Amino acid sequence: MRVLVTGASGMLGRVTADLIRSRGHHVVTFQRRPSGLAGVEDSLGSITDQTAVLRAVQGVDAVVHLAAKVSFGGAAADFEAINVEGTRALLGASRSAGVHDFIFVSSPSVAHIGEALMGQAATPATPDLVRGNYAQTKAKAELLALQANSTSFRVAAIRPHIVWGPGDTQLVERVLERARAGRLPLLDAGTALVDTTYVGNAAEAIVAALGSMDRLAGQAVVVTNGEPRPIGELIAGICRAGGVEPPRWSVPGRVARIAGSIVERVWQRGGIEGEPPMTRFLAEQLSTAHWFDQRRTRELLDWTPTVSIDEGLARLAQHYRGQLSTPLPNPSRP
Amino acid sequence: MVALPGVDPSWLAYRDVPSTAAVDPVGTTNSWHYLDNGSQLTGPARGTLLCVHGNPTWSYLWRSVLAAGVQHGWRVIAVDQLNMGLSERTGRFRRLADRVDDLNDFAESLGLAKDLITVGHDWGGVVSLGFADRRRDLISGVVLTNTAIHQDPDRPIPAALRLALHPLVHRWGTKDTSAFLDVTHSLARPSLPSEVRKAFLLPYRGGARRQGIADFVADIPADPSHPSYPALLSIAAGIRTLDVPALMLWGPEDPIFSDTYLDDLTERLPQADVHRFEGAGHLVGEDRDIAAPLFRWLGGSDAASSEIAGPVGSFTPLEHELTQRAAGPHADQLAVADMGTAGQPGRSLSWRDLDAEVQSLAMALRRIGVRRGSRISLMIPPGVELTVLLYACLRIGAVIIVADAGLGRKGLSKAVRSTVPDFLIGIDLALTAAKLFSWPGKRISVAHLPLAKRKLLGVQHSLAGLRAIGAGEAGESADPLATPDALDPDGLDPDGLDPDGLDPDGLDPDGLDPDADAAILFTSGSTGPAKGVVYTHRRLAAMRDTVALTFGISPGDGLVAGFAPFALLGPALGTTSITPDMDVTKPKTLSAAALADAVAAIGATTVFASPAALRNILATRGNLTTGHRDALAGVSLVLSAGAPVPAPLLTELLSVLPAASLHTPYGMTEALPVTDIDLESILSAQADAAASSIPGAGNGVCVGRAVAGASITISPLNHAGIADGEPTTDAGITGEILISAPHVKERYHRLWLTESDSSRTGHWHRTGDVGHFDGAGRLWVEGRLPHIVTAATGVVTPVGVEQALETIDAVGLAAVVGVGPTGTQAVVAVVETTPPTGKPGLAPAALAAGARRAARSAGVELSAVLVVPSLPTDIRHNAKIDRTGVAVWAAGALSGGKIGKL
Repeated sequence: MRVLVTGASGMLGRVTADLIRSRGHHVVTFQRRPSGLAGVEDSLGSITDQTAVLRAVQGVDAVVHLAAKVSFGGAAADFEAINVEGTRALLGASRSAGVHDFIFVSSPSVAHIGEALMGQAATPATPDLVRGNYAQTKAKAELLALQANSTSFRVAAIRPHIVWGPGDTQLVERVLERARAGRLPLLDAGTALVDTTYVGNAAEAIVAALGSMDRLAGQAVVVTNGEPRPIGELIAGICRAGGVEPPRWSVPGRVARIAGSIVERVWQRGGIEGEPPMTRFLAEQLSTAHWFDQRRTRELLDWTPTVSIDEGLARLAQHYRGQLSTPLPNPSRP
Repeated sequence: MVALPGVDPSWLAYRDVPSTAAVDPVGTTNSWHYLDNGSQLTGPARGTLLCVHGNPTWSYLWRSVLAAGVQHGWRVIAVDQLNMGLSERTGRFRRLADRVDDLNDFAESLGLAKDLITVGHDWGGVVSLGFADRRRDLISGVVLTNTAIHQDPDRPIPAALRLALHPLVHRWGTKDTSAFLDVTHSLARPSLPSEVRKAFLLPYRGGARRQGIADFVADIPADPSHPSYPALLSIAAGIRTLDVPALMLWGPEDPIFSDTYLDDLTERLPQADVHRFEGAGHLVGEDRDIAAPLFRWLGGSDAASSEIAGPVGSFTPLEHELTQRAAGPHADQLAVADMGTAGQPGRSLSWRDLDAEVQSLAMALRRIGVRRGSRISLMIPPGVELTVLLYACLRIGAVIIVADAGLGRKGLSKAVRSTVPDFLIGIDLALTAAKLFSWPGKRISVAHLPLAKRKLLGVQHSLAGLRAIGAGEAGESADPLATPDALDPDGLDPDGLDPDGLDPDGLDPDGLDPDADAAILFTSGSTGPAKGVVYTHRRLAAMRDTVALTFGISPGDGLVAGFAPFALLGPALGTTSITPDMDVTKPKTLSAAALADAVAAIGATTVFASPAALRNILATRGNLTTGHRDALAGVSLVLSAGAPVPAPLLTELLSVLPAASLHTPYGMTEALPVTDIDLESILSAQADAAASSIPGAGNGVCVGRAVAGASITISPLNHAGIADGEPTTDAGITGEILISAPHVKERYHRLWLTESDSSRTGHWHRTGDVGHFDGAGRLWVEGRLPHIVTAATGVVTPVGVEQALETIDAVGLAAVVGVGPTGTQAVVAVVETTPPTGKPGLAPAALAAGARRAARSAGVELSAVLVVPSLPTDIRHNAKIDRTGVAVWAAGALSGGKIGKL
């Protein structure tokens, strides 16, 4: 099978592409720069470039669409162009190129605002309700994708929640960087229970989804490790794995949320370079419960995570000690 | 028009009904509004409910019953009484008699035929009963929610109604303003959603629309001079012969229709099934789902209506051994004693004296009106005094109510009110509480009180006074001329005594119905409000026999009663029983020396003590003298019930009680005891669990095997934690523990729903505890059914994991709870640490890791480990963790934000 993986420059994209390849499929990656992955075919280009997109989907059987603008800050138009229009273009090109199956890699944030989620089942994306450019545009894109589902062109959405692991620049690196700089507040007492997903598990879930399209098509499922942990414990675990002292001080969640949204606005209006230190989105993620009902997901995908949180943290520590070759659950045989 | 949430538009109906009410001129026709779900029924109705609202509500009150009626195939009609709701304002003051006529006119007009069941609330209850009384040809059942049929002329009407009737308030409060409406709506617990409140107000906008409310209040027959009094009296008397099934669903937190009125109704309709929704109020149908229980009752499929047959066969009254010994060669031997403070026995009675005291007190109690079936609340610490009273009440056939301070002040108050005692005998503290909380019942003090205090506390008699009466009538009084006060220290008017009390048949033991109620005991309330548990004389006697057989206790043995429930069985078992010098309500006040003194005083071989007492005995063993130790070496049996006792503690206890067989029977207020196990068996069970040598051994507390006469089975749990499986005794199958034994409770007191749940499986009592058998036939208890955690990986029972956690040095007490939705809960450990943590929060990393390892060894993955300064436990045993409360707290803490107080 020939499988196109978009966004293979990100952590999850790389691991997913590598995993699909290791299962004996021909993998085409699509992003602006070479993937650097061995044994895959790179098709370079931007998701906003119609021609490049058309070229990438030629002869492809299945698409795993991970490419997105994932950021806490940035201009709304960029999010719209990459996340919504890019997805629209890829869907159209794929269908006309005769692609059978399309996995849209989404996020639980497409359906939820800042409230505490405890054992939450996946509900439809609500672009009008969710907050922030990222969540809004991913929500629109997910709706577009699922609407495109048909018997000849099967589409499903996989929403991994907080993916982390070796090579993660989103959560892990940010946590470590801020912890090193003494800028990482542990919100409230750090007791908010949060589901996360070890990257290898998320990749396996995506691969499992490709094999479950007869059950899964037209639906969205949330994917996590199914091991909710207090956020304080997770962050401390990440810090220890990275060799950094875990944060000790705490900021009440509400204060941080208000401060975060002010900072967000200043950053957006003032065009300050770099990522803001604490956005409202991040504050919410770190101070309210976010954990999910995985029963339907596991039944539909016929999949269970193979790397536990503790094992994932051990691998992360190995990675920072330079001892880990691959974040995959079962290192691929040569 | 305002939306009517919960009302289907197809229910709304109007009808012109010719009137026969005396208040209307001949030929009058009135327009009625009513709700009728008839058009939604798909087949022929199984029957018809006629619902009648009170004041100041309207048919909207019954919307949940109409909706449920559709599902269950019952036609439900809810009327708006005339001048009320959306029915016509007739311009005429309709009194009770008119309203009964009105309802009959309505029923006739609608052609309502046989198999009609009336449902009433508030004054609608009276109107519906009036109709039911008159139309017995139509009625096949009555349902009542917070209402009243009788006002004791000697008692004031409730203060709230007095206020509403006050001339200065009446018109203003009921008609000119919506005050009466607002106050009524504010009685809902929790408060009504605003759209529901608006719907209740809808028909009563403007003073002109509210005349009916004012008239209804003015029609309350507060005293015999009231024009509606005869009508009320006639209905109240009439329903005594209304022999149709009755159901009463009650909200006890009602400032108007209190338990006293419920009690009056149950006395008139003794066949009634009664359920009190603890915590619910006047608008019980708003506070709780009354529709589901109502249709369940109408379905009649459960055990409560087809009452489980009680045990039959020979019956030996509880006091049999007492009377035998009093009349036989042992008459002068010691029967009961209290230890004094100086290591010497205090008050004591021989069997002869005990029997005589019981008899004389029983006669005196009858003289002040105590009868078979009278309810007597005993608020006296265990000891000789309580023993005499208890057996006196049993001899009369009065029902004793034992609610102890272990329920906490609020719990105790609720318990007392729920039983509506006719008499309350108590120490000063109890009488003060009775006054403070306005507990019902004539009050009798233990001590003779000065007049001022007697008046203050509303005390009518003292035990001393009663003894004098009893002694006087037994002809054994001291010279009455010498000490007139001794005969009547309470200043009682001898003419005020009940002459019927002299009837000697009243104390004839052959007249005692073995299946009449004998006692109401209360559960500890560690899983919800304390429940009253009713025992008959036969079941109490069976409890005695089970204890005697299981533990080999024989008449003549000496018994130290350091644990309240069993302490009272001493005379019934024919044992000499002694109460040690301790506060029996605070078990941990029993010291090693006090125990030894009590043992020495009677040469006791058997000791009843609570787990907390055992701990204190160990803690104070340093004070034992050689004499003490010699006495304790003679003890051959120790029983400790109420909570599991860890094996190491029992092993240590052997240093104090070297010859004793240490038993920790398992049981509950509803069945005392259920199983028995001794130290050796505990140790071998634990060894089997560790070695995995016996299938099913482990995961919980091993409580051994069923006691004499009892059988146990397990109703397996499904994935949602509901015990709906076919009962089994197979090893390793976890489920609800079911017990069948002659000494199991008769029923729960005024908890029809709870009772029908607990007795829904044939002759079994469903205990609400969860456990399993092992391959050797031993029972392992895993926790309480409501404390089951339903993780995505399956059901998790708390006790086994908690035991694993408690093996960690830094962990004191542990609670395992679930947070999140059923079926996908996160498993959370909440632990007390040693030393205790200052504030609640996340466990330190090392503790969390250790706890996860320990839990994993018990097969459970923990999502979070939280530490707290202390876990909430029950007052009675200080051992049962309120896991429901812990779960609520943990869910809050783990949702993010500030951590609340546990």
